[in-house]
Amino acid sequence: MTEPAFAVKHLRHAYNGEEVLRLDDWSVAEGESWLVLGPSGSGKTTLLHILAGILAPTEGSVSVAGRALRELPASELDRFRGRNIGIVFQRLHLISSLTILGNLLLAQYLAGASRDIGAARGLLASLGLADKGDSRPRALSFGQSQRAAVARAVVNSPRLILADEPTSNLDDANAAAALDVLLAQARACNAALVIATHDRRIRDRFERQITLAGGA
Amino acid sequence: MNLLRLSLAYIRARALNSALNVLLLALGVGTIVVLLLFTHQLQQRLERDSDGIDLVVGAKGSPLQLILSSVYHVDIPTGNIPLQDAEKLKTNPLIKSAVPLALGDSYEGFRIVGTNHDYVSLYQGKPAQGRLWEKPYEAVLGSEVAAHARLNLGDKFVGSHGLVEGGEKHEHSPYTVVGLLAPSGSVLDRLVLTSVESVWEIHGQGPHEKDEDEDENGSDPTKPRHVQPQELTALLVQYASPMAAAMLPRQINSQSALQAASPAFESARLLNLVGVGVQTVQAFALVLILCAGLSVFIALYNALRERSYDLAVMRSLGASPGKLLVAILIEGMILACAGVVLGLVLGHALTEVLGTWLHASQRVYITGWTVVPGEFLLIVAALAVGLLSALLPAVLAYRTDIAEVLARR
Repeated sequence: MTEPAFAVKHLRHAYNGEEVLRLDDWSVAEGESWLVLGPSGSGKTTLLHILAGILAPTEGSVSVAGRALRELPASELDRFRGRNIGIVFQRLHLISSLTILGNLLLAQYLAGASRDIGAARGLLASLGLADKGDSRPRALSFGQSQRAAVARAVVNSPRLILADEPTSNLDDANAAAALDVLLAQARACNAALVIATHDRRIRDRFERQITLAGGA
Repeated sequence: MNLLRLSLAYIRARALNSALNVLLLALGVGTIVVLLLFTHQLQQRLERDSDGIDLVVGAKGSPLQLILSSVYHVDIPTGNIPLQDAEKLKTNPLIKSAVPLALGDSYEGFRIVGTNHDYVSLYQGKPAQGRLWEKPYEAVLGSEVAAHARLNLGDKFVGSHGLVEGGEKHEHSPYTVVGLLAPSGSVLDRLVLTSVESVWEIHGQGPHEKDEDEDENGSDPTKPRHVQPQELTALLVQYASPMAAAMLPRQINSQSALQAASPAFESARLLNLVGVGVQTVQAFALVLILCAGLSVFIALYNALRERSYDLAVMRSLGASPGKLLVAILIEGMILACAGVVLGLVLGHALTEVLGTWLHASQRVYITGWTVVPGEFLLIVAALAVGLLSALLPAVLAYRTDIAEVLARR
């Protein structure tokens, strides 16, 4: 048995003294895909931020690829996140001043990975965006933008891919397509995939699910 | 992809705003460059022209006027001094040398100066063609005069009465060109030189001129008073010892009908007078630069708010807060550098254009293709303004709480 992609122990998080997240033990192996379910305000986004090392939990520990995030110095944590964790934001947040290819190259640069234009273009091509590399995010449809955001998240072959509500604004067909892309890319990097959603349409496609109840 | 290209991408994304900031800074820098170039070269010119002249002795009147008329040859003389007074002064042991000047006539707007050969050596002048004057009515032309008048060795010309164009011509006594001076970069280039005797003889002959001069001396101070035989306009004095600086001016000013003025002191006073205007314009230009700094600050600060998601995303992609700080600073510095470079180019080009125009109309030679020491300070100051205006936005970027930004709905 290999070490888990990430493991969470006795996690608690509170905003202004009010507990918003409670999760005791959760361990996810490489290549597994998980859904995090729960109503709005149940702490799904908070959990993703904690897993990404963007937010330090009030209590408990998170380790990703065997490294305890809490013990990493701040600058190393940023780099570690860039190299090992890919995030697809709910609102995508592609950088509009850069081209799609520029967004991917920025992700390589900021993670401290070597710049590989060929790999970035190849990734775009595999997501049906071969001709969009030099376009600005504004020029893309929502579906294309979402695939571009997935491409940016996986360009450094992360160990863990986090996606926040990837299907909430999509119709059925597009939601299914978005999931296909995420699952295919996670498989391609053998990364663990965690999708936070309240979208009931996609529940059936995942065997592994956890449900957050929110603050006690 | 690196931080420089990232910053450039953001600048391009706000092309109009960025161009405006660059232009604003460039205008401020350019204005100061023009002022620096002008005052520096003017100062250099004034120093060059008064180099080696410790004291000017002439008729009583305004000391500044005396210096302007007999050192820089721009104003009308204060009057004339009797030759015997001048001769007596020359025997003073505090004086090393005294070059006589006799003014009064001009040729096509260039002054005819009656003097001796020492005047030429004062400015290290040398004949490029021909020789210096020996006999009355022999004249030597400064390089600009020769170029303007297209006169050659052996040509004859007549001087006209007074120091501006359009005076009555002395048709009866033409000068012969015996020498053309090489350019010296001094006032010599704009003068026609001859012997003091030539000037005396011309004014000794004309019967009508005597009458005119008599009432001039009393009634019309705006008209130049012309040298009469046995009179000089001024003496350019070199001290024999440093002690002379303390004693000689007081001696002359208190004991004789003569006036002594120091070119160094008077040109400093003149520059001070001009300086008030220059400083006012400089202050405006500084305000312009500060406005540019403020404008860069506002642009970056606003951009920061639009860009808070971008910054948070970059952090999530692995950027350290320090990297974001540097990225914003680079952006400010790119704008500042562009503004400085454009300002330097604009300033120098504008100075060259103005200089060419001034050269044609005023015979003042100023070039834009030179660098003056003050510019380095200006560059440093303008870049510092750029850096400072980017500093606060950069620090705010550094401090962005990414979880908070990303959780915003």
